[in-house]
Amino acid sequence: MFDNKMIVEDSLKATADGFSIEARLPYYRGLGLSMIEDVGVSVDGEPVPREAVTLSLRGRTWTLDEMETEYGDRWNFGEKAVVGVKVPGGLAPGEHRIGLSERMRVSYLPFVPTAKDEKVLTLAE
Amino acid sequence: MAIKRGVSLYSYQHETFTGKMTLEDCIRTSVAFGARGIEVIGEQTFWGWPEVGVADEKVAEWHSLIAKYNAVPVSHDFMLDYKRYKGREMPFDEQVASVKKDIDFGARLGMSYVRALVSIAPEVLVAAAPHAEEKGIKILIEVHAPLHFDHPWIIRHAEAFEKAGSDALGFLPDMGMFLFKFPPVWKARFIRNGVPQHIADYIVKAYEDRVLSEYVILNVREMGGSGPALGMAETLRHNAAYEPKRMLDYMHRIHHVHGKFYQMDEDLVEPCIPYDEIVRVLKQGNYNGYICSEYEGNRWIEDAQEVDSVEQVRRQQAMLTQLIDGPNPTAMAA
Repeated sequence: MFDNKMIVEDSLKATADGFSIEARLPYYRGLGLSMIEDVGVSVDGEPVPREAVTLSLRGRTWTLDEMETEYGDRWNFGEKAVVGVKVPGGLAPGEHRIGLSERMRVSYLPFVPTAKDEKVLTLAE
Repeated sequence: MAIKRGVSLYSYQHETFTGKMTLEDCIRTSVAFGARGIEVIGEQTFWGWPEVGVADEKVAEWHSLIAKYNAVPVSHDFMLDYKRYKGREMPFDEQVASVKKDIDFGARLGMSYVRALVSIAPEVLVAAAPHAEEKGIKILIEVHAPLHFDHPWIIRHAEAFEKAGSDALGFLPDMGMFLFKFPPVWKARFIRNGVPQHIADYIVKAYEDRVLSEYVILNVREMGGSGPALGMAETLRHNAAYEPKRMLDYMHRIHHVHGKFYQMDEDLVEPCIPYDEIVRVLKQGNYNGYICSEYEGNRWIEDAQEVDSVEQVRRQQAMLTQLIDGPNPTAMAA
């Protein structure tokens, strides 16, 4: 559910060390951060290393490894997180095909689901 | 006392996720359909729950909206994330403490019930029952497909509840376990995902013929089905047409009902879940709690059309009104 709403439209921005997009959980509730197993990003078909990805909520930022032991905060239902991606040399302005995958450890499910979205976003000049 | 109507705000998840509806919109809309009972998944409706907590102002807002629209708080559905720690299950005592915390949150919201997911162990609920009794709350385990009232896991719960002898333990059946037909919205979605028409037709027919899921999966594989076709066949492992009358043995512990539905057609019929039979059985069992609408069709259609959860809930509530207010089983038999 909500897979096609994971990547927030028009959310691609340049940052000091790469770029960021806004993202939501494809789920009918939120989830504690320790249960977010992975947030995968690809740019124009090229996967980004896990170490290059961070997640920010309400002004706090975590690496994906740090999130695994974060028991005191959560990614709320429908909440827009900022996914930061370090890219050496930054991203060129213009259109980019951004892929996003989110893997969630959900207690009651007999599997660990990974949901995916892909959108063409434009980085302003 | 008659069966009462309500809505789980789960039903409006599409509109609340996208910000089209606020909590006030959800409550006002439900009560306008005559559905005064309001159920929430605590952590969906209240950001921060459970890890961060919920401010008193948010709870005060909830109570003011409930009062403003003359609604009734019914149930806080909790999750209990026992896989919070990677690679190890949450220890027993911590699980019990977590359930107690959700009981307290349910009490803050003025709920009569808290919903426990079906995968939670009976020992955890039994250990939390004295706390629920103190707070005037009942813990109801949601009997949800593929589980059902004859499944050993549910029987184990029932036995644990009787042994504990606590009135604070009970069941919340989800009507999705009575799936008499394969939902057309599921079939259409699987076809859009690439399932060949003839395989989709076969799976629907096999479901209606009540063929064992394992045979259907094998047959689909032999028909050349892969990926989405096997996914469609696999849904038969997680759904079945159990009999609504199986609820009758447990009426003394059934205090709340999830009115699950996947689609309500314009003629006010859920084509796959037999609500006429369900309401007949509940009346026969003298059920006088709530049936809360639980619309779950959004995820099956959102890729192809705009979701309109409000219209779907309106139709289900109109159907439930007709069935609840209709002749009772005794009159029909006469």
